[in-house]
Amino acid sequence: MPSKVCHRGIQRFLQLKAPHVENFELVNDEGKTPQQLLNEAKVLVIGAGGLGCEILKNLAMSGFKDIHVIDMDTIDISNLNRQFLFRKADVGKPKAEVAAEFIRRRSPDVNITAHFKRIQEMSEEFYLGFTLIVCGLDSIEARRWINAFVCGLVETHGFEGFKPIVDGGTEGFKGNARLILPTHSACFECGLSMFSPKTTYPICTIANTPRLPEHCIEWASVLEWPRVFPDKKLDGDNPDHINWLVEQATQRAAPFNITGITYSLTQGVVKNIIPAIASTNAIIAAACTNEAFKIVTSSNPFLDNYLFYSGDEGIHSYTFPYEKDPNCLVCGNRQGAVTMSGDATLEELIDELKTNLAFQLKAPTLTVDSTNLYFQNPKELEELTRPNLEKKLSDLFSSESTLTVTDTTLPTSLQVTVTFS
Amino acid sequence: MLKIWNQKKSEVEAQRLKPKGSPSRIRLQKDLGELVPSADTDIQFPNPADQTTFTVVYRPPTGFYAGGEFRFTFEVSENFPHEPPKVLCTQTIYHPNIDTEGHVCLNVLREDWKPVLNIQSVIFGLQMLFLEPNPEDPLNKDAAKLMIDDRQRFGRMVAETMCGLSRNNVAYTNVLDMKNPANKGRTHRNAHYY
Repeated sequence: MPSKVCHRGIQRFLQLKAPHVENFELVNDEGKTPQQLLNEAKVLVIGAGGLGCEILKNLAMSGFKDIHVIDMDTIDISNLNRQFLFRKADVGKPKAEVAAEFIRRRSPDVNITAHFKRIQEMSEEFYLGFTLIVCGLDSIEARRWINAFVCGLVETHGFEGFKPIVDGGTEGFKGNARLILPTHSACFECGLSMFSPKTTYPICTIANTPRLPEHCIEWASVLEWPRVFPDKKLDGDNPDHINWLVEQATQRAAPFNITGITYSLTQGVVKNIIPAIASTNAIIAAACTNEAFKIVTSSNPFLDNYLFYSGDEGIHSYTFPYEKDPNCLVCGNRQGAVTMSGDATLEELIDELKTNLAFQLKAPTLTVDSTNLYFQNPKELEELTRPNLEKKLSDLFSSESTLTVTDTTLPTSLQVTVTFS
Repeated sequence: MLKIWNQKKSEVEAQRLKPKGSPSRIRLQKDLGELVPSADTDIQFPNPADQTTFTVVYRPPTGFYAGGEFRFTFEVSENFPHEPPKVLCTQTIYHPNIDTEGHVCLNVLREDWKPVLNIQSVIFGLQMLFLEPNPEDPLNKDAAKLMIDDRQRFGRMVAETMCGLSRNNVAYTNVLDMKNPANKGRTHRNAHYY
């Protein structure tokens, strides 16, 4: 059995002192050997698509024994060229379940659990149960969510909530793998400004002076669709919808002598698809699995902390430590604490935030658990929240609540924990 | 793993960071709380507990559109500020850069959006469109052409459509701000006097 052969190699590898490890320990400070750590590690794989399939296969083949996979998607026929755990008969079935079943069949010694869910649906206890998280996602939104959530776990649970994230991403021939040690190293949000926003065209060009087939497709999807079907949401996966757009865009293109509008281009523009390259996925997934393996076993130094790979002009990769952004919306928030009588008013708390030398805020806006406490602006919110200024703190929130405070003097927010004396 | 944790623990202790709420909500709270108050612009919240959807009402003090009250819905997604807010004009108006379905041609809402921009930048952009419509980059081509060819007729057309008249088979919304004393007695019959 091939997996047995693989595992024998890994066993050997974990028993030998690696040439580049300074503090290799056969038994770590918790009294466990690297092999034990690997056997006991519980890994969560987020996403069972192009990267996810590779990551799952790699993890199973490298000796991980307890793997969970979560994905909210079902299999589409267009996935089959690269998402090799799926077959034609699986089209329409949940990706997580089919992928897990495949791994189970090929590596019966791996305990694999599938979750056909959104990541936002899972509980805090669910995430606390893992050793580390490997992400093979294609959406920035999902990455931002899991990053903010996992950074929050550290704050509420300390070491118990410390879940390193190995994040892989690919776009055509380019890709990256990064290691996020929540609150220790740069988080996903720190690097958010690196992502170029979706390609868009000026709406006036679309409306009046189209020059590219993309302009005509956007005209059909952005302007014509909502006009003709005001109550129907455009679905990029619905062939009827795409065919309608193709027809409209083609008619639109003719008088401007624009050609080249096809079904796949139309779907690509609507869904902002960048062609996925199987080999890029394989390379990035390998890098991610490697990091997961090293973090869990301490068998080699781990990535510090960003690996960039480019395969479109020759092959080249570059690794560098991505720095924390002091103004990061997730990990750059300042933290403070205030002790006040629960009988004090909100206005007195605001005065304290303005005069206390540790804060020196100018015009703070305060919320607690997304409930509005006081907004300086706009006028309507100020008027609505003004009555709160007279209220006692104990009537507005409980002791040791954490307030989100924003102010012109702060790059992001100040998280103030208010304790009643 | 414990070793990794301990390596930088002292640093963590020094910073003690604690994000509450989603990053997009924190950023939106900051953007709203720091809006510059302005007598000619109101911001209304259909549900004040949910700040992700609101209406910006602008009353241009001068120019072709003085005397009108223009309404825009803003929708801020969880992907803000990576993505710009979605902005639509809720009225049917005659404007070179806004079509009769309410789409707004404003660079910061699409191709020139950057996460460093904020809600205030978008509001400034909308205000500029009314103070100085830009016929060089039109969305409503006919309006832009008229503005270039015959500013006087364009001005009259704007004044008439603002009173809610139908023109070229389009029923325009009456956008007159009746609280504005300058609009006392203003109707489509005497539109060209204003």
